[in-house]
Amino acid sequence: MRHALSNPMLMVGLAIVLFVTTMAALAPWLAPFDPAEIHVHAILLPPSIEHWFGTDMLGRDILSRMLYGARVSLAVGLIAVGISISIGIVLGAIAGYFGGKIDAILMRITDMVLCFPTFFLILAVIAFLEPSLWNIMIVIGLTSWMGVTRLVRAEFLALKEQEFILAAKSLGVSHLQIMLRYMLPNAMAPILVSAVLGIAGAVLLESGLSFLGLGVQPPDPSWGNMLTEGKDNIQIAWWISLFPGLAILITVLGYNLLGEALRDLLDPKMKP
Amino acid sequence: MNFYKHAPKLATMLSYIFKRLGGMLPLLLGITLISFAMMHLAPGEPSVVGNEFNPKVSAEDIERLRSYYGLDKPLYEQYWQWLQRLAVLDFGNSFSADSRPVLDKIIERLPVTIWINALAMLLILVLAIPIGVISAMHQNSWLDRGLTVLVFLGFAIPSFWLGLLLMIGLGVNIHLLPISGIHDYNWQQMGWWQQQMDFFQHLILPVIVAAIGGIAGMSRFMRAGMLNVIRSDYITTARAMGISESRVRYRLALKNAMLPIITLLGLSIPGLIGGSVIVEQLFSIPGMGLLFYEAVMARDYPLVMGITVMGAILTLLGNLIADIAYVWANPRLRHRQ
Repeated sequence: MRHALSNPMLMVGLAIVLFVTTMAALAPWLAPFDPAEIHVHAILLPPSIEHWFGTDMLGRDILSRMLYGARVSLAVGLIAVGISISIGIVLGAIAGYFGGKIDAILMRITDMVLCFPTFFLILAVIAFLEPSLWNIMIVIGLTSWMGVTRLVRAEFLALKEQEFILAAKSLGVSHLQIMLRYMLPNAMAPILVSAVLGIAGAVLLESGLSFLGLGVQPPDPSWGNMLTEGKDNIQIAWWISLFPGLAILITVLGYNLLGEALRDLLDPKMKP
Repeated sequence: MNFYKHAPKLATMLSYIFKRLGGMLPLLLGITLISFAMMHLAPGEPSVVGNEFNPKVSAEDIERLRSYYGLDKPLYEQYWQWLQRLAVLDFGNSFSADSRPVLDKIIERLPVTIWINALAMLLILVLAIPIGVISAMHQNSWLDRGLTVLVFLGFAIPSFWLGLLLMIGLGVNIHLLPISGIHDYNWQQMGWWQQQMDFFQHLILPVIVAAIGGIAGMSRFMRAGMLNVIRSDYITTARAMGISESRVRYRLALKNAMLPIITLLGLSIPGLIGGSVIVEQLFSIPGMGLLFYEAVMARDYPLVMGITVMGAILTLLGNLIADIAYVWANPRLRHRQ
């Protein structure tokens, strides 16, 4: 534990994640202005004491919109990763535990999806389904389970041969019981690491989709669609582009640091 | 006599390539099936979109449009017809007003996308390998830590935001680089040489934006690979034999650490191709990514499907080339059999 506390990567990552989560949770109380309220007399104001991060082309306070945007990013990250991890665990467990033909077929499908330019698929599906928060979460989740599947499969393949699993089998414990009670807990560490790193990926992906206008729809704020407004006003108002992007960068960095630190801590093999 | 020495190797190589090409077909089929199904199961048809509230468009008109585009047939039949035409490289005609062949539309947009992605890959290699090697050679030094921080920032930075910042910094503020399109307004009046210069100047920012994530990922990978190799037994042996340190590092270790990079480069292709949508949209570059974006927005099914298949073909080809290069570069695999 003392070792963990002195790990700067872990502490910085954890601090960022806690900070962003707090900001998102307390957004209604922290935001100095209503994120949707239009102020015609305060259009495109540069950062000042009153508007820390300036205002956008409708006079809305950028800081307030960013605080609400944090909720969107975290919600997408958590739920999309929840979906992809669930799919990955189920498919990976089946492939690794039963092996043979099922394993071959599942891995073939996984490889197929892996060399697919998934971003194309996501764009097409979201555009055809009407962009909305739920659709983004589901589509990102449905297209990012491949890594976890491979990981869980590898873990289960290795665990399957271990003596305590063989013992459980010879005692007549059911397949499902063995997978859930004995194997899954032993595979949890790498799953956790890949979940944390997955959140970073999903946040980045959502911001890209929203930037293209295929994510969260205005007037609802998201860091990605705020940057679209930044691009439209790039010649006159740099602050609309700067701050939301910085928020994405810091959030993704936090989850990446946390994930990498957890990997080092939980998996002694990975230690350099 | 050299020919006989190499002949079996060449034959092995060719049979390997054919085997891989054969394996790619079901893969491609699966990809087309998935995207076809997802696209057509989603609500909203091109014959309906934009016409919902148009009083001049009657129900019969919509029916006529649907049968004109073949949308009234059952889904499996539509897929089968599309697949049959695909076999002879007929991607169908675009649903848009010009109704030109999809293949023509893609081919005229493809070169600039390939340029950007190829240059991005080159940039990734040229920067990531030295960064990784330097980091590994000075493990845990301040230099290593500094580079690691930069790499983590590179991982986390949204590429389009970096693009926006570069546009503001280098384009808007000091007018150093062009920030949109691929030609200057007076391109027509330039000489050939000037035109090429102008074209590449327009590509500088897009290539940087397309490459940033890859540079971070690849250099991290290179560092780990180098650290792994440098600890292996044969490196210790080489050192014990008195081979100079620089030769051990940059001839023996580097060669082996670079092998996995080839595979990784192949795996990074889908990301690059997908990323070109964002890059091209950001810099208004008339490439395949922007075409895809426009096609998706207009629900131009044939065009969307055509570009998806084209993206999949490019990805599979890239992977194949990476695998062949891997076998070719790795003596352990080359001399097998």
